[in-house]
Amino acid sequence: MEYYLHLVLNGLVIGSIYSLVALGFVIIYKATKVVNFAQGELVMFGAYICFALTVQMGLPFLVSFFMTLIFSVVLGICLERVVLRPMIGEPIISVIMVTVGLSTVLKAVIQLFWGTQVRVYPQVLPSESVWILGLPVAPVYIAAFCLSVVLFIIFSVFFKYSTMGIAMRATAFDQQAAQSMGIGVKNIFAMSWCIAAVVSSIGGIILGNINGITPQLGHLGLKVFPAVILGGLDSLLGAAVGGLIIGILENVSDGVAQQFFGLAGFREVAAYFILVIILMIKPYGLFGTHEIERV
Amino acid sequence: MRGKCGLFFTSYAKESQILHTGFQKSSMALFFLVLLLAPFFLNSYQVSLLCMINIAVIGAVSLNLLTGSCGQISLGHGAFIGVGAYATGICTLSGWPFLPALLFGGATTALVGMIFGIPSLRLKGIYLAIATLAAQLILVYIFMRWTSLTGGATGMGLDPPMILGYSFDTDQKMFYLTLVFSILAVLMVKNILRTKSGRAFVAIRDFHLSAESVGINLFRYKLQAFGVSSFLAGIAGGLWAHYTMYITPEQFEIGLSIQYLAMIIIGGLGSVIGSVFGAVFLTLLPEVLGVLANIMSGFFPNISTYFLAMRDGIFGLILVLFLIFEPDGLARRWQLAKSYFKLHPFAH
Repeated sequence: MEYYLHLVLNGLVIGSIYSLVALGFVIIYKATKVVNFAQGELVMFGAYICFALTVQMGLPFLVSFFMTLIFSVVLGICLERVVLRPMIGEPIISVIMVTVGLSTVLKAVIQLFWGTQVRVYPQVLPSESVWILGLPVAPVYIAAFCLSVVLFIIFSVFFKYSTMGIAMRATAFDQQAAQSMGIGVKNIFAMSWCIAAVVSSIGGIILGNINGITPQLGHLGLKVFPAVILGGLDSLLGAAVGGLIIGILENVSDGVAQQFFGLAGFREVAAYFILVIILMIKPYGLFGTHEIERV
Repeated sequence: MRGKCGLFFTSYAKESQILHTGFQKSSMALFFLVLLLAPFFLNSYQVSLLCMINIAVIGAVSLNLLTGSCGQISLGHGAFIGVGAYATGICTLSGWPFLPALLFGGATTALVGMIFGIPSLRLKGIYLAIATLAAQLILVYIFMRWTSLTGGATGMGLDPPMILGYSFDTDQKMFYLTLVFSILAVLMVKNILRTKSGRAFVAIRDFHLSAESVGINLFRYKLQAFGVSSFLAGIAGGLWAHYTMYITPEQFEIGLSIQYLAMIIIGGLGSVIGSVFGAVFLTLLPEVLGVLANIMSGFFPNISTYFLAMRDGIFGLILVLFLIFEPDGLARRWQLAKSYFKLHPFAH
């Protein structure tokens, strides 16, 4: 029992990172209808920039954290302007492949600068475990979880009340109507890429603090798909819930597979089995909008 | 037709011919003559590249049928090729002759492809892409973990193909074998596109609702597209497995799927000749980059340490640039070049 409780707690932490990355994905999809296969590379990029600033340039962690966020904003704007804007109106396959190409380029840039070995962040939080429900949990896990929750609250408020957030929701709902009401749709697109890049970098920095970073981290971007499909492609709440559920299910099913079937490494694909099942039963997810086609 | 400017057709059968004019026919014949003689002039490394191109042409043309012509995005093509490779390999290892094993591999892949194609009835666009992505990752996991059948991570060693007691054990012999299969695959796809099924595929891609309302059975034709495409992918896999004589699950990871998608995008979506161009382009790209790196190593001594990362980066960059500046791919460039020479002295 304790074994499973541990799995659930671990799943909750990794799930909160999935939720963060999924949040970035959903923000882009909602506003621009672009399916971003480079989400994992955005995570990685943020993580490596923060690593370079903290370890290689010796800045204090908080300073480099905020500088990374500024860098992500610039990166988001550049990507949107240079790569994604010419893709407006192109078929889905082109848009998918342009983000795939982008992810390859980003990965290559990271390998050119930082190589392929594991990079470890300096210890920011104390390493002594805190006891929760009779289980030892590292403080960095708690910080990761709390940070994710705080970010979700911030973005929910942002989308609900701020002018920018409302403009973004309007664009997502109907681009033409939004444009005729005086909303700069192109700015909204750039803004959504900025937010996605920022959120992803935060996810990356948290991951870096937990496990260290390698260029393999980009695979995380593929784990986003089960989470967003479960939650519904265009729902922020869905991203949060989907990420957490996928994180937990993945860990628990891995534990079950190992204990009862002796299958190692089921963790890598558990999420995709769940994904296939969701696609068969409820393709629009828990909170996604149902697309209705009329002739 | 002779002696007049341009082409005009008096029957539909004539219009749907693959090669219209005598010039087209003779230049095609010349091309094949050069190709058949090529192994006598090239060294065995260059011939091995030609073999890889032949195999890539089969894979690319099959993916282009599914994704380019029928509009069903598949991110699982690499894994389908893997299914063909393993199925063929397992058969020949258990004593089957090569050709039946290859056909069995193709049929198995067609079956697997159709199973993963079933969701395409309900899912489209991005949802289908994600479903095939799941297929890709799950299939590679199965290659990795079904150790008793596939050999797991250590892989599977195979013999060169043997047909009626004749062993294709050199690059030269393999070249002719793969060339036959790649010509058959190209002809097959080209001919499918000229039939009712082919027109149904294109109709489904262009707008599935109007296709359905003119009486095209969506499910049947989508499944057919998945079946034919996966069958050819399986053939490509079987040939590849017996050409490299060693297969591991890493060969069939998502990178391979992306590479095949890049081939058909760089070549031209929905164009048969484009798939051939894309396959040639992306098979030769690493070689050209390798040569460039060799030349540059005089100026930058440690370039080889960065070479792998740079190769991937340049691949991605070329993909992105093609999508932004030439979304119709090399096939369109080819078309433009042809029409330029057709009108040569007079630009308009």
